[in-house]
Amino acid sequence: MTIKEKQDAIVEEFSMFDDWMDKYSYLIELGKELPAIEEKYKDPQHLISGCQSRVWLHARHDEDGKIYFTADSDAVITKGIVSLLIKTFSGYSANEILNTDMNFLEQIGLKEHLSPTRSNGLLSMIKQIQLYARAFKLKENN
Amino acid sequence: MSYDIQKIRADFPILRRQINGKPLIYFDNGATTQKPQQVIDCISNYYLHQNSNVHRGVHTLSQEATDLFEGAREYVRQFINAEETNEIIFTRGTTESINLLATALKPWIVKGDEILVTAMEHHSNFVPWQQLCEKRGARLKIVPINRNGELDLEFLEKMMNPYTKLLALTHVSNVLGTINPVKKIIKIAKDKGIPVLLDGAQAIAHTKVDVQDLGCDFYAFSGHKAYAPMGIGVLYGKFNWMRRLPPYQFGGEMIDEVTFEKSTFNELPFKYEAGTPNVEGALALETALRYINETGIDAIRQHEDKLLAHAETKLSAIEGVRIIGTAKQKTAALSFVVEGIHPYDVGMLLDKMGVAVRTGHHCAQPLIDFLGLPGTVRASFAMYNTKEEVDLFADALVKVVSMLK
Repeated sequence: MTIKEKQDAIVEEFSMFDDWMDKYSYLIELGKELPAIEEKYKDPQHLISGCQSRVWLHARHDEDGKIYFTADSDAVITKGIVSLLIKTFSGYSANEILNTDMNFLEQIGLKEHLSPTRSNGLLSMIKQIQLYARAFKLKENN
Repeated sequence: MSYDIQKIRADFPILRRQINGKPLIYFDNGATTQKPQQVIDCISNYYLHQNSNVHRGVHTLSQEATDLFEGAREYVRQFINAEETNEIIFTRGTTESINLLATALKPWIVKGDEILVTAMEHHSNFVPWQQLCEKRGARLKIVPINRNGELDLEFLEKMMNPYTKLLALTHVSNVLGTINPVKKIIKIAKDKGIPVLLDGAQAIAHTKVDVQDLGCDFYAFSGHKAYAPMGIGVLYGKFNWMRRLPPYQFGGEMIDEVTFEKSTFNELPFKYEAGTPNVEGALALETALRYINETGIDAIRQHEDKLLAHAETKLSAIEGVRIIGTAKQKTAALSFVVEGIHPYDVGMLLDKMGVAVRTGHHCAQPLIDFLGLPGTVRASFAMYNTKEEVDLFADALVKVVSMLK
């Protein structure tokens, strides 16, 4: 499955919810499925700034050239959002991640979270994921 | 006369808005209040009929604008009962008022001096003093609070000594809602010859402020937390202080005479108002303060106290909710946490149900750290909020808690 296909599947899943409560309940559930980050990575180095709640994100570059993310947050909605991102981007190469657009977040009605004033840091999370991908790509090229 | 809440609500057009399909319940008044139609009209009337630069033109419009602007200053004087009109300095808001004062006091603070602030200060009344102390080699001392969110006056008195140059404290805490016994505190400080600045940002729209009765040397507040627009605020400073202190910014309006060699500075309050001022802001501030006066500050206080008491009762009945700040004297702000749930999640879901609250550290990080919390949720009230809104908010909160548990 490509990232695009995964995003389409998420959009379809979200289209089934007709009210915000179902959508947020689902996000809260997603948060619980989040691949747990190792305690040692819950440090200032892995903390994403710009969030009212704390978010830690760690990336591992495997020998197969693919990037795997783990994360955690102390707020459950934020956890659900970061879980969604990780579900989408974990297990792909740096190039695949960098060549993906983020329209799907708008389509599932999470656009409000993209505004910088929301201060939940969705924007910072996406930037951090892309930053990791860029860094790993540079390493590959060297 | 009874408190006519429906008439008041009708004056605030934004209260008719829907948020996420629900009627707006605006409980973020501690961050900024909404504006009545009278204030909105005042701003547009100014640009429709009077706009002109003040204090310099010989033409009619400029004269009119100047008269209105200075009239607004006089009204602010009356509102807080300052002795003289030139003790009212217009600023952008509380933050600028305090920065102005901290800059002007800089030469007066020397190595070894001490400045007292409390553990419940907003960053605006904390960081400027921290910076000043750092620059001048002075010590910033923090007056602690007890578990209820109250200051210990005996301890406070013990912290005052011959090196204490200033006590800067908040009139009302933006996080805890505590009303500090400022009159008593000022008396203690005065007896030791220590000047006092009050941060009135959270007080001005909620409780009577009489600077002569309080006896403070300086008082700072923002217009936008008192039904006026953003970008206008006031620093009240006793004439005998402000006349001796140096200017804050340099430029137009604040000068007396400028030559290539030397400049001399204008009289108070103009010495502290460099550049073209926020004229429409000052006019709208007057309109807002008149609105408060017509409603009656005591009636507003009574109404808001009732809302607060009702909200405290309602919230206390919800399992897992803990109210933060249980001082005997409180006004208009209610902070709480829900056990095991992050404040951000609570705020996010309340918004979905049309309830606007503030979450986080409320720009008082040292206080939040002191309380050992990740932040709080704060519902803060204004004159237009109703008991029914509090009920709906409590119902929404029950729903939120059940979703997140």
